[in-house]
Amino acid sequence: MSTLLEMQGITKEFPGVKALDKVDLSVDEGEILALVGENGAGKSTLMKVLSGVYPAGSYKGNINYDGALAEFSDVSDSEERGIIIIHQELALVPLLSIAENIFLGNERAKGGVINWRETDKSTVDLLRKVGLSEAPGTLIDKLGVGKQQLVEIAKALSKEVRLLILDEPTAALSESDSQALLDLMLELKKQGVTQIIISHKLNEVRRVADKITVIRDGRSISTMHARTEEITEDRIVHDMVGRDMEQRYPTRERKSGEELLRIRDWNVYHPLHASRKVIHDVELSVNAGEVVGIAGLMGAGRTELAMSLFGRSYGQKVTGTVEMHGKPIDVSTVSNAIEAGIAYVTEDRKELGLILDETIQRNITLANLSGVARGQVLQEATETEVAERYRKALNIRTPSVFQKTVNLSGGNQQKVVLSKWLFAQPEVLILDEPTRGIDVGAKFEIYGIINDLSAQGKGVLMISSEMPELLGMCDRIYVMNEGAFVGELSAEEASQERIMSLIVTD
Amino acid sequence: MTDSNSRETAALGIGAYLARHMREFGLLFALIAIMAFFQIVTNGTLLKPVNVTNLLLQNSYIVIMALGMLIVIVAGHIDLSVGSVMGFVGALAAVMIVELDQPTWFTIIVCIFAGGVIGAAQGYWVAYWGIPSFIVTLAGMLVFRGASLWLLEGQSLGPFPREFQLIANGFVPDVFPSGLGAAVADMLGQRQVNMLAFSVGLLAAGVIIWLELKKRTQNKKYGMEIEPAAFFWSRIGIVAFALVFILFKLSTFRGLPNVLITMGVLTVLYAFFTERTVTGRRIYALGGNVKAAKLSGVKTARLTFLAFVNMGVLAAIAGMVFAARLNSATPKAGFALELDVIAAVFIGGASMSGGVGKIVGAVVGAFLMGVLNNGMSILGIGIDYQQMIKGLVLLAAVIFDVYNKSKQG
Repeated sequence: MSTLLEMQGITKEFPGVKALDKVDLSVDEGEILALVGENGAGKSTLMKVLSGVYPAGSYKGNINYDGALAEFSDVSDSEERGIIIIHQELALVPLLSIAENIFLGNERAKGGVINWRETDKSTVDLLRKVGLSEAPGTLIDKLGVGKQQLVEIAKALSKEVRLLILDEPTAALSESDSQALLDLMLELKKQGVTQIIISHKLNEVRRVADKITVIRDGRSISTMHARTEEITEDRIVHDMVGRDMEQRYPTRERKSGEELLRIRDWNVYHPLHASRKVIHDVELSVNAGEVVGIAGLMGAGRTELAMSLFGRSYGQKVTGTVEMHGKPIDVSTVSNAIEAGIAYVTEDRKELGLILDETIQRNITLANLSGVARGQVLQEATETEVAERYRKALNIRTPSVFQKTVNLSGGNQQKVVLSKWLFAQPEVLILDEPTRGIDVGAKFEIYGIINDLSAQGKGVLMISSEMPELLGMCDRIYVMNEGAFVGELSAEEASQERIMSLIVTD
Repeated sequence: MTDSNSRETAALGIGAYLARHMREFGLLFALIAIMAFFQIVTNGTLLKPVNVTNLLLQNSYIVIMALGMLIVIVAGHIDLSVGSVMGFVGALAAVMIVELDQPTWFTIIVCIFAGGVIGAAQGYWVAYWGIPSFIVTLAGMLVFRGASLWLLEGQSLGPFPREFQLIANGFVPDVFPSGLGAAVADMLGQRQVNMLAFSVGLLAAGVIIWLELKKRTQNKKYGMEIEPAAFFWSRIGIVAFALVFILFKLSTFRGLPNVLITMGVLTVLYAFFTERTVTGRRIYALGGNVKAAKLSGVKTARLTFLAFVNMGVLAAIAGMVFAARLNSATPKAGFALELDVIAAVFIGGASMSGGVGKIVGAVVGAFLMGVLNNGMSILGIGIDYQQMIKGLVLLAAVIFDVYNKSKQG
C-alpha cells in the first residue's frame, strides 16, 4: 500500500505557545488512522495545518500528499485535492433541505440556475451510500444528530473525497448511532476512502483504526499498528496522559446516610404536545453520601426528568412530590429548586451551563450571587476570593479567574460549571453527562470531585451514557427506558449486560 | 488554547496593554480628538462656557435614554419606540399643564408613571410571550407617534409655566457666599465664578481619583491585570482635568444646570447598578446566555420586563426635559431620536448580541455624537453632511469593535 499522506516535522507556533512541535504522521492509502490525545494536545491544530486553515508558510515542516509536496493556501485548496474535514460542530444549515445542504457551495447548476432533478437524484444516491433513506427535500432540522452526521459524510462524498477527516464524530451520538457511523467508516474504507478519525472514545478507536497515533502536548508520542501488535486501552491511555492510570475510577468508601431526596409519582408531559407523556410515574431517592446513577439510552428521558425536577425547566403539567429530608419542597422555579438544595449540572455546558463571553469568576458566582454580596451590592474582593478558592480546589487550569470561559478546554469548562454549583451549596447535585467530551485526565479529576462530594455527605444523582462510568462510580443505578424507570440495581448486581437486558426486555 | 491568551497578569508593557484595551481608550481618545479638532476649527467656540452649557442641555435627553437603552441592549433586546414615547410623554405633560391646568409636581408624577406603564406594556410581550423586541417596539414606535399626534391634535402646545421649564433650563443657585465667588473670579481673571459648580467639579474629580486608586490597590492585591502606572495616571489625569475644566467653564457662565444634576446622578446610579449590584450582574448574564442564566436561577422573563419598564420611565423623564427645553410639545418631538440613542450605545461599545456594554461607554458615546452635531452645526455644515458623517462614525466604531475582537480571538 502506498502512502497517501505524510506530515513531517510539523511545528506551529502561536505568540507565546508552541502548539505543535515536530509532529510526524503518516496515512497509507485506504487505511483508517486514529488520532488520539487529550484536549489541547494539538489534534485540531494539526488538522487545521493539513487542511490549509493555517496556510503553507505559517508552519514549519513538510506535507507530502499523493506523492508530491503539498502547500495549501486555504481550505478550498485542500478540498480540491480531496481532503475534507467534518468538524465536531456540524456545519449544516438547519432550515435548508438535505439536498440543498449537500450541494451547498457545489450546486448542480448551469449558468447559475440549479438543476433540481439532478440535485435530487444525486442526493438519493449519496444518501443510499451512507445508509439513509430520507427524502432529499427533508429539512436538516427534522433529523437527529446521528443522521445529520451522516448527511455531512454524504456531503463529503459528493466532493470526490480521498482523505476524509472526522473530528470527534460520535461525541454527540447515541450508542446505536455511533455504531452505525463506525460501520459506515469501515464500509467507506472498503471503497478505498482513506480516513482520519479524531476521538476520545478508545473502544471506538480500537474498533475501526488500522493505526493509532497518539499526540501529547503538541508532540507525536507513539504510533501503534493494529495489524501487527496488540493495542490495549491502557497502552493508549498511558501514552495520552504520560503516566500509568492504575484505575480509571478513583476509589471511594461507600457509605450511605439518611435519605436526602425523594421523588414520588413524577409525571411530565411534552412541552409542545400536551397529550404526550414524557416521564411516567418516576420514583427515586438519593441518600446522603450516595452516588446514584441513571442509565438508559439516548432519548430515554433522563435529561427531561432532571430538568423537570429543576424548576420545571422542561415539560408541562409536571406533577408529583419532591421531598428533602422527608419534608416536601417546592421546585416550581429554578431559584426555588436551588434554594431547596438542588443543583443541576447540564449536559450541554456551552449552551446551557456557561456564559462563554464572561469570565470564570462571574460564571462561578452566578448561581449564588447573594453569597458574594452585601444586600444587593456585590463585593468584588469576596467574589475573587471565592473564584480563586474553586480554581485551586478543582484545579482549573487558567492563568487567572478573569479569563473568559470561552478560552478554556472542555475539561476546564466543566470544572467551572461544577464550581458554580458547588458554590450554590446544594445538598443534592444532579450531574448530567458530567464527563462528556472531556479527556481522560480531566475525567479522573471530575470523578475525584464527585467522590469528595459524597464524602461530605452530599447526594449525587448522575446521568451518563457511558455505562462503565456508571458502574465504576455509582452505589445504585436506576435504569430508565422510554420515560419510566424499568429497574434498580445495586453496585454489586449491576453490569452492562444486566442494564441492557432491563432496557431491551422492557 | 488555554494558555495562549495571557499568562502574564500584572505589569504589562504600555503597548501590550493599549492593544488589549484599545476599545475603552479608543473611545475616550476619540472624544478628546474630536473635541480638540472642533475647538481648533471653530476658533475656540466649541468650549466657550455658553456652548458647553448648550452642549450639555442639548444632549441631556439622549444621555438619559442611553442609560436605559444600554440595559435593554445588554439584556439582548432593542427598543425602537423611545423617540415616540418621549414625544408622547412631552405631549401628555403639555396637555396636563397647559390645557388641564394640573400642577407641575402632579404632572411629573403622572408622566413618569405613564412612561413605566408604556414600558411595561411593551416589555410584557417581549418578556412573557417571547415576541422579538424589534417588532414589539417597532409597533410601539408607530402607536405612540400616532398617540402624540392625537393628543396634540397635530398642533404644538405651550408655553409651560416657569417651574416646569426649570427642569431643563434652570440652574442651581450658588450656595456659597457671593464674595467667595467674586474673589476666585478675580484671582482667575474671570468675570464671575459660580463656586458651587466649580467645587462640584473639584469634588467629582477627587472622588474619581479616590475610587480609581482604591480599585487599583485592590486589583493589585488580587493579582488582576493592572494598567502600567504611566497610563493609569495619564488616564485619571485626563478625566479629572476634563471634569474640572467643564465645570469651571459652566461656573463662569450660569453655573450648574439642573439637567446636569439629573444626568450626573442618573449616570452614577446606573453605573453602580449595572456594575456592582446583584440585579445588574444578572442582566449581563441574561444577555450573555439566556438559557444558562435561567438554569442558574436568574428570573430572566421578569428582568427583561423590568428592563423595558425602566426604559419607559427614562424615556418619560427625557420627554419632559425635551418639552421643557423647547418650552412646548410638538408632534414632531422625538422623531427618529431612538436612532441617536441606539447609536450612542453601540458607539459606546455595547454588543448587538447582548451581554456586553457599559454605562460610561454609552454616556461617552452620546457625548461623542453630541459634540459632532454641535461642532458641525457651529461650522455651518448642512444637515445632509451631518447625517452622513454620523452614520460613518457609527459604522467605524462597530467595525473597530469587530476588528479588535477578531484580533483577540
